[in-house]
Amino acid sequence: MVNQSSPNLQTHPKAYANLPPVIFHVREMTKTYTMGEVQVHALQSINLDLFEGEFVVLLGPSGSGKSTLLNILGGLDIPSSGQVFFRQQDLTQANDRTLTRFRRESVGFIFQFYNLIPSLTARENVALVTDIAHRPMTPEAALELVNLSDRLDHFPSQLSGGQQQRVAIARAIAKRPEVLLCDEPTGALDFSTGKIVLDALAKVNAELGTTVVVITHNAGIAAMGDRVITMRDGQIHTLQQNQHRASTNELDW
Amino acid sequence: MPSLDRKLLRDLVSLWGQILAIVLIVACGIASLVTMMSTYESLTLSMDAYYSQYRFADVFVQVRRAPNAVVSQIEAIPGVGQVRSRVVVDVTLDVPGLADPASGRLVSIPEEPQTMLNDVVLRAGRYIEPGRRDEVLVSEAFAAANRLKLGDTVGAVINGRWELLRLVGTALSPEYVYEISGTELLPDNQRFGVMWIGREALANAFDLDGAFNDLALSLTPGASEAEVIFRLDQILERFGGLGAYGRNEQLSHRFLSDDIAALQVTALILPVIFLGIAAFLLNLVLARLVSTQRDQIAVLKAFGYTNGEVGLHFFKLVLVVVLLGAAVGIGLGRWLGGGLTQFYTQFYQFPVIEYRASLGLILGAVGVSAIAAFVGALNAVWGVVVLPPAEAIRPEPPASFQPTLVERLGLQRFFSPAGRIILRNLERRPWQAALSIFGISLAVAILIVGRYQNDGIQQIMAIQFRTIQREDLTLVFNEPRSGRVQYDLAHLPGVLYVEPFRAVPARLRFEHRTRLSGVTGLVPNSQLRQLLDRHLQKVPLPPGGVVLSTKLADLLGVEVGDVLTLEILEGGRPIREVPMVGRVDELLGLTAYMDVQALNALLQEGSAFSGAYLSVDAQQLPELYKTLKQTPAIASVSQRETALRQFQNTIATTSGVFNGVLLVFACIISVGVVYNSARIALSERSRELATLRIIGFTQAEIAFILLGEQGLLTLTAVPVGWGLGYALSQWLNQSPAHNTEMFRVPFVIQPSSYLFTLVVIAIAALLSGGLLARQLQHLDLIAVLKTRE
Ligand SMILES: Nc1ncnc2c1ncn2[C@@H]1O[C@H](COP(=O)(O)OP(=O)(O)O)[C@@H](O)[C@H]1O
Ligand SMILES: [Mg+2]
Repeated sequence: MVNQSSPNLQTHPKAYANLPPVIFHVREMTKTYTMGEVQVHALQSINLDLFEGEFVVLLGPSGSGKSTLLNILGGLDIPSSGQVFFRQQDLTQANDRTLTRFRRESVGFIFQFYNLIPSLTARENVALVTDIAHRPMTPEAALELVNLSDRLDHFPSQLSGGQQQRVAIARAIAKRPEVLLCDEPTGALDFSTGKIVLDALAKVNAELGTTVVVITHNAGIAAMGDRVITMRDGQIHTLQQNQHRASTNELDW
Repeated sequence: MPSLDRKLLRDLVSLWGQILAIVLIVACGIASLVTMMSTYESLTLSMDAYYSQYRFADVFVQVRRAPNAVVSQIEAIPGVGQVRSRVVVDVTLDVPGLADPASGRLVSIPEEPQTMLNDVVLRAGRYIEPGRRDEVLVSEAFAAANRLKLGDTVGAVINGRWELLRLVGTALSPEYVYEISGTELLPDNQRFGVMWIGREALANAFDLDGAFNDLALSLTPGASEAEVIFRLDQILERFGGLGAYGRNEQLSHRFLSDDIAALQVTALILPVIFLGIAAFLLNLVLARLVSTQRDQIAVLKAFGYTNGEVGLHFFKLVLVVVLLGAAVGIGLGRWLGGGLTQFYTQFYQFPVIEYRASLGLILGAVGVSAIAAFVGALNAVWGVVVLPPAEAIRPEPPASFQPTLVERLGLQRFFSPAGRIILRNLERRPWQAALSIFGISLAVAILIVGRYQNDGIQQIMAIQFRTIQREDLTLVFNEPRSGRVQYDLAHLPGVLYVEPFRAVPARLRFEHRTRLSGVTGLVPNSQLRQLLDRHLQKVPLPPGGVVLSTKLADLLGVEVGDVLTLEILEGGRPIREVPMVGRVDELLGLTAYMDVQALNALLQEGSAFSGAYLSVDAQQLPELYKTLKQTPAIASVSQRETALRQFQNTIATTSGVFNGVLLVFACIISVGVVYNSARIALSERSRELATLRIIGFTQAEIAFILLGEQGLLTLTAVPVGWGLGYALSQWLNQSPAHNTEMFRVPFVIQPSSYLFTLVVIAIAALLSGGLLARQLQHLDLIAVLKTRE
């Protein structure tokens, strides 16, 4: 569903004059879960624009709504109210088929627990995605990008956590998605392994120009993003632009 | 190969034990369907082809003596096609190498071969030559059973004279696919055989020159059988017609068609049971698979796999199960079907019996199994489809437990912690538990059905051949004899006791319903023939009326006290109104009894007897046989022990084989169900069990928790299965297959049969438990705790 006259984009053309095109446009978005009698307001009036090629870090305590926001951006879930646009496409009104196509064509996901298919090798896990993508890279090329060329035929159980997460990254980028959404990708990893994973993400962002959103509760990681969004109680608490993007070597946590 | 299919393959490999169990169950379902239905098809096709190629007649009638001129009158009846009149006579035979006398049915054939109704199929040798009065064609089965070769001679008492018949050819006829004389249920090819002989010779010998005593005719398309029978009876009445009947009362055809019909009934039960269970197990396994793969499904969806693609992925697993099951089942079914068809040729003689399992049948069987399997899988796969992708990434909420009924009743102190875990688990999944119980109980039920058949047959043997029939020999005279015969027989060597009887052919009529049946006149207080009701209590035989067997009474719709019409088809052919005065519960055939004097009075004859029951001294049997063979007045001799042995050898053996097959089936079902449920319980709870191990529970204790649940289910299933089996047997008992005019299987299930099923199921359950206990030993404590649930 393409909305031709996305109002906010037209009324504020100057505001974006020097910036790259907007890729996600979120206005007054809320998400409420109803569990029996109780209503959980996971997100409340979120306003946010994300730009092409940006590296965004999403910080915040557990339960603050980070995953919910990321899931909605990735088309895994729909908001309760408000608007979410992916480029010209209205995700608010999209039905399941449209969302599925959106995810299939445009989004790469990375999860905290890697979520690899245990019965498939590294190469096959990546192939799972390239099988259905438009103009994917080969699984081998994707794994090369995350420096795993020597582990092509290993099963997840034969890989370390960091390696598994890198397979997950390869799987996410193999289709050349426009956005890469990562929910605590280093959450289950130790410091040095986490760095290798973040390196891979930075590399994808730099080399392929993919927009990357990374959730973490590790403030230390924030320095590597273009922008840092802090969430609290389902709202955006702060939104900060980094003057200088730190390389992963400079990170510490 | 797409990666998703690769995943499917690996999932299949890792689940192979459970998948194999389901594949086997599907295979059994398909196999039993293919076996029964292909046999059904093969027999039906062989029968139809045989009947049409050799012109099996539509209407049959026996008559005392009718001049050949009548034939043209019969041909003129509207609706009659071809007519064949014949001379048919039963004689006593002396077969070389056989001690007891055999009976032969001599059927006349034209001197020159010609196409005719109830044609003969020449199997070996040649047709009889015109003018050679002693040449006969002999039934192939009779020749084989007695090891007779072409050129051999057989002695026969032909109208009081001793003659030798020369066998020049062996033959078959559609009239005698099931070759019995009518006094017994099972073919005894050694002691009864059909022989075809030139008409001149036979008519001459029996004083039937220019006449016939048997006639068969075909109907033109659209003709009314009842109408033709009515007209035929009218024409033949004054010649001593014994009542015409259609194919469905023709002995051979009736047995054959009853058996074929029974196949159809059985063809229904087993596949339904198997496919039902397969559906249930697929549901169980898939539901578990889907729940362990929640996160994998979520990932697929997150990366843009559509609901259809993910759903199809799981359906493919079902498809693999169905296809593997079909491959095994079709192979097995064709093999068993071929065997079963072959088995029937033991009783039924066809010139060619072509075994075939039609493509339609096979596709149908696979289709039905596929439907059952997909229905079983549907809700599990539906769960996948509706799972929102974001939801799926969150781990499944922990199962909610509540205090069990036992605890609410305050009985928990009687249970160990392990016992409580078992109870809570069962209560948490009442449906799954109920279905497991149901599945196992079906295994018990089919065992019970098998035992019921077996017990029923044992009961037939015990009641019919021991309690009701008590004679050693039954003699039938070639014509009614006076009372003196009793004393003549008593003087024969080895005869201990003689009880003469009078049997006459008759048509019984009540309201609009009629049945052809013999009426047997017994001496008062007969010792050798017991009249018993269903509780095996003696039924009196008052002189005033007729006592009918339950089946005959039911067919006629008469009750004790009703007055029915008896049309005697012999002698002066009187028609009498007679009250029904009692009901006996015989298991074989249709019978009507009267007091012999009352019957003779009805016939307006003095005391006349048509046969006798004999008690004999077994020691002197050979000598008695020698005498009887040479006695022209004796038309046939039958021995109860022989009939019993025959029954035992064929029916009881068959039932044994059938029971064996059911046993295998039941074991597959129970192992399949128990193993699958326990395996799933293990996968669901490996974390919990590993935790228990780590905090110090022993291997045996956790095995008890896991297997105790299955044991409890199995134990509960057994009585349920008894009930189901009882109901299923009762249904089968009421079905036409087990309640024919020839044959009623009594409804008995012995206590030992219940015990037997308990033992079988216990063994099967222990076997599955053993398989699982081995897997429990390999429970990797560390790995289990590391994986995320
Ligand atoms: N499917 C759901 N049903 C009910 N409540 C939910 C669901 N998903 C998230 N929540 C609730 O919404 C809030 C935000 O959750 P989440 O976005 O996962 O937080 P974060 O990722 O920041 O830890 C939490 O209170 C959580 O319990
Ligand atoms: Mg989260």
